[in-house]
Amino acid sequence: MIMEWLLQVKEDFITCFIVKDRWKYIVEGLGNTLKIALVAVLIGVVIGTVVAVIRSTHDKNIQNMRPGLMWWLLKIGNWICKVYLTVIRGTPVMIQIMIMFFVIFTTARDGVPVAMLTFGINSGAYVAEIIRGGIMAVDEGQSEAGRALGFGFPKTMWYIVIPQALKNVLPALANEFIALLKETSVACYVAVNDLTKGGEIIRSTTYIQAMPLLVVAALYLAMVMFFTYLVGKLERRLRTSER
Amino acid sequence: MNGNAIISAEGVQKYYKGGAIKALDGISTSIQKGDVAVIIGPSGSGKSTFLRCMNLLEVPTGGRILFNGVDITDKGVNINLHRQKMGMVFQHFNLFPHMTLLQNMTLAPIKLLKKSKEETEKKAQALLERVGLGDRADAYPDQLSGGQKQRVAIVRALMMEPEVMLFDEPTSALDPEMVGEVLEVMKQLAQEGMTMVVVTHEMGFAREVGNRVLFMADGHLLEEGTPEEIFDHPKHPRLQDFLQKVL
Repeated sequence: MIMEWLLQVKEDFITCFIVKDRWKYIVEGLGNTLKIALVAVLIGVVIGTVVAVIRSTHDKNIQNMRPGLMWWLLKIGNWICKVYLTVIRGTPVMIQIMIMFFVIFTTARDGVPVAMLTFGINSGAYVAEIIRGGIMAVDEGQSEAGRALGFGFPKTMWYIVIPQALKNVLPALANEFIALLKETSVACYVAVNDLTKGGEIIRSTTYIQAMPLLVVAALYLAMVMFFTYLVGKLERRLRTSER
Repeated sequence: MNGNAIISAEGVQKYYKGGAIKALDGISTSIQKGDVAVIIGPSGSGKSTFLRCMNLLEVPTGGRILFNGVDITDKGVNINLHRQKMGMVFQHFNLFPHMTLLQNMTLAPIKLLKKSKEETEKKAQALLERVGLGDRADAYPDQLSGGQKQRVAIVRALMMEPEVMLFDEPTSALDPEMVGEVLEVMKQLAQEGMTMVVVTHEMGFAREVGNRVLFMADGHLLEEGTPEEIFDHPKHPRLQDFLQKVL
């Protein structure tokens, strides 16, 4: 009975991954998933930092500013950021990626860059709030010390506040990356050859259900466990350094 | 009379809530080159606010601040350039925790004055040695005691070769046994002729090192004079009352 089942598993495995070199779907998908998640998180950090700087500057300073060009720019910038955060966080990423593919980039041949951009824009909204928390947590005395030395606002942010804010939120950012890694699986709905899509191709050509799905699940799990381990190491290092 | 004034305050006001709270209510005085001006007064008197107005960390709601004859409260003035000439030392040190002591000290000269890295680091090392921290250049601020941090904060400000140094209660956050080492550095600085404005509760320092003492209370500058005048012959009843409590 057990022997029979094992033989069946072996046969399924061979059909799914060995025959016709089908393992290549999985490897290609794994690579694309990692690429999409990595580039998306980088785009997310850039967008998130810009949004976080505008939002925190607005919240900290708008009351003490004299109405003028900067006042208006900050007001309008903050409003745009708020709309971005509301729309992106208020709609499913699945709908967002479908809009990107079927409405905006209808002629795109390669889905991977579009997926990177979509998840980057999506992740930026969550990263923005993480980094904003980090910026608000940096002591006010830090930017005062910077300005007292003669640094203007942008340089004070760049050299003094943002490095400290990023360092404080690095573990939270790494967790955002891990969440994003799993989220990218919805890209398979728009014909991006990611890991999920690789499994789907095998499933629909071999009509074997369990084997490709479980292998894909195991690979996601392995990646998540690996990155979780790295985040843990990172957190321990951050705790001990500089003391 | 104002020929040598580095900083002149003319009727400086700082109002909050449309005048309901008057942190500073018309302060006029001037700091001459070479002065060691010590501002004393009860807490809440506005002395820190006044000091912070001098480099516009607080923007006055009325009056003017002249720095080397330039009205820095004027909107068209690039305040960043003027701040490079005014060093500031804070109560809570405000060293940058993500940088080593050397990086803390060289950041502004390299980025703002475009000085060479090598030359700047040499100078920073020499200054660290002067305050007895020559072997800690690569340490991070969190590895230091409060007194050591404040000594580094002072030399960090000196790296910009300021014309005046502003001290905002530099010893108030220190453990008592560390106050002396910081005051000693400040005293040396004064003896070398640095122009200094010091907000402090250290009456001994005010008397010994200061050449002028300013007494503030409730947002007003009530009395100013030499240490002898202020400490030995106080005129204003508020000052007499204050001295009775602190001495």
